[in-house]
Amino acid sequence: MATLNLKELSKKEDLLTHGHRMCSGCGAPTVVKMVLLATEYPVIASNATGCLEVSTCISEYTAWKIPWIHTAFENAAATLSGVETMYRSLKKQGKIDKDIKFIAFGGDGGTYDIGFQSLSGAMERGHDMIYICYDNGAYMNTGIQRSSATPLGADTTTCPAGDVIPGKLRARKNLTKIMAAHNIPYAAQASPSHWMDLMKKVQKAHEIPGPKFINILSPCNRGWRSKTNDAITLSRLGVNSCYWPLYEIENGVTKITYTPKDKVPVADFMKPQGRFKHLFDPQNAELLKRVQDEVDAEWAKLQKEEKCG
Amino acid sequence: MAKVVAVTGNEAVANALRQVNPDVCGIYPITPQTDMMQRYASFISNGKVDTEAILVESEHSSMSACIGASAAGGRVVTATSSQGLALMWEMLHIASGDRLPIIMPVVNRALSAPLNIHGDHSDAMGARDTGWIQIWSENAQEAYDNTVQSFRVGEHMDIRLPVMVCLDGFIISHSIERMEYLEDAEVKKFVGEFKNLFPLLDLDKPKSYGPLILTDLYHEYKRAQHEVMTKVKDVVLDVAKDFEKLSGRKYGLFETYRLEDAEIALVILNSAAGTSKDVVDEFRNKGIKAGLLKPRLFRPFPYEEVAEALGNTKAVCVMDRADSFGGYGPLFMEVSSALYHLKERPLLINKIYGLGGRDYMPSHAELVLNELAEIAKSGKIRTYKEYIGVRE
Repeated sequence: MATLNLKELSKKEDLLTHGHRMCSGCGAPTVVKMVLLATEYPVIASNATGCLEVSTCISEYTAWKIPWIHTAFENAAATLSGVETMYRSLKKQGKIDKDIKFIAFGGDGGTYDIGFQSLSGAMERGHDMIYICYDNGAYMNTGIQRSSATPLGADTTTCPAGDVIPGKLRARKNLTKIMAAHNIPYAAQASPSHWMDLMKKVQKAHEIPGPKFINILSPCNRGWRSKTNDAITLSRLGVNSCYWPLYEIENGVTKITYTPKDKVPVADFMKPQGRFKHLFDPQNAELLKRVQDEVDAEWAKLQKEEKCG
Repeated sequence: MAKVVAVTGNEAVANALRQVNPDVCGIYPITPQTDMMQRYASFISNGKVDTEAILVESEHSSMSACIGASAAGGRVVTATSSQGLALMWEMLHIASGDRLPIIMPVVNRALSAPLNIHGDHSDAMGARDTGWIQIWSENAQEAYDNTVQSFRVGEHMDIRLPVMVCLDGFIISHSIERMEYLEDAEVKKFVGEFKNLFPLLDLDKPKSYGPLILTDLYHEYKRAQHEVMTKVKDVVLDVAKDFEKLSGRKYGLFETYRLEDAEIALVILNSAAGTSKDVVDEFRNKGIKAGLLKPRLFRPFPYEEVAEALGNTKAVCVMDRADSFGGYGPLFMEVSSALYHLKERPLLINKIYGLGGRDYMPSHAELVLNELAEIAKSGKIRTYKEYIGVRE
């Protein structure tokens, strides 16, 4: 595993090139670049339908300098499991000799929701691949609809904050833990604000044979109703508020990889985001408190799990 | 040397796949196909093939994984029936749109609701417009022969399309019949080495599969798919010619039975064609000029050839083991389209038979042929579309 030196990394070729059509300030291409920069092997990627996919390969133009395949929305894992199986078959038959790594990219809609079965199946079957979820907390490509990754209280176009219903009334699904519960060798959570932590996790995952899952927070200024220059700031606030704790579960052992020195209120993460604006109205004070309580409870649980080893 | 055996349709097709020895196989159970892939799994477990299985969690993932594997670069097969094929529907279009020569036996079965596990053609007919080549089979021998030939058709460098090989659920998949296997080495030689085209695993020339293409070029991509389909007929016939040299068994775009001078004719797919041929013989013995046409290549449909074959008849009944509710049966729609362009054409009726595995009896064929004889004589049609074999 090469050490992560910023100067050296800056000399490495971007495998997702500039010229793609992701929105200005989107977190996803930053996440993908970090993942690919941390990948020191030949790599083939699969991509679920979504923002990343529709914006990086259009007509005769592709931003991917690596072999890349998109088939549909719900099956980035299943599709990649086929690519990986063909690789194993040809390797076994002596028709291919290179060592190749496999990475699937999907948004939260394509991962938590519609692609959940395909992901679960591929992880259970033990394919040698990393599945990366870039989690921006809603179906952003179709215009900010609620997913099971949408945080409690968020305003989306299908759970709009109205006079009667104040946005999403259910908490997020904890997908990282659900994936860990598949007893895969490695499941982790990362954030582009902590690039070294993110890239180390990717490097580590590549060295572990079998299925790996990394869930990465990916700010979306269109859906979060935030500024185009605050993806890193917001993802840092997500981590420091423990809304998005950084941890890994390796062979069933939980390790928190970053503990904020001063844990900030989750309101600090929410305040700059228009999707939570209504939660700061006095009549929604209770819901805002519930958001904080749930973040605290999850964080306490995670710390307890780490202590248990 | 051909080996004469008594096997089920599923076993015959599983053995064809074993002889071809594909690189990857997607496996998921569904009645009545289950037994085919189960047999294949035992070939893998016992080292009879080099294939890597993907034991998927659904047919949607099976087709997704097959697409990934095929794009990676290699020979890929899977098999399914009914609801499984329906669940794959989205991915079927992607397999053909990406021009991936995946081979898939389809053991035809009815669609829910109500739930029914028995044979009819609703599943494959529902996949008619997915861009796959469809080859249909009357019995275990044809299912075996078509499976072997399908690799040469789908993988042909001018074609590169996925192929469904259809056989009737239970009636063929689970009945034991006499048939002949080719030698393993003969099949291997006939099918040949898989030739790659734009493999993802070629790291030196990275490819992007599955772009977003909007109003600027989508239309052209679809026209290209249409155009490649127009080349399929010739390839099917060339492959059949080579196959005849090897096996002695002759195949065309369809089979005609006593049709040359026929005045009345049935058009009927798969296993029920066998039953119908016996009844055609009975009518011939009575001096009635009856005949039969059994389509083999359903997609692309050989319109001109079918029109020519049926053009001199007086009355034809197209028998459908599937329905397009509110329309005619799917086979009827093709045959009537084929005949429309003729200056003089037979009178045409449509019967729906055998849904959900309802028995198709010689008496049914007899009834229909009698009605056709009457239509030929009187020139009058009582009803254009009708269900037969219905419990009243």
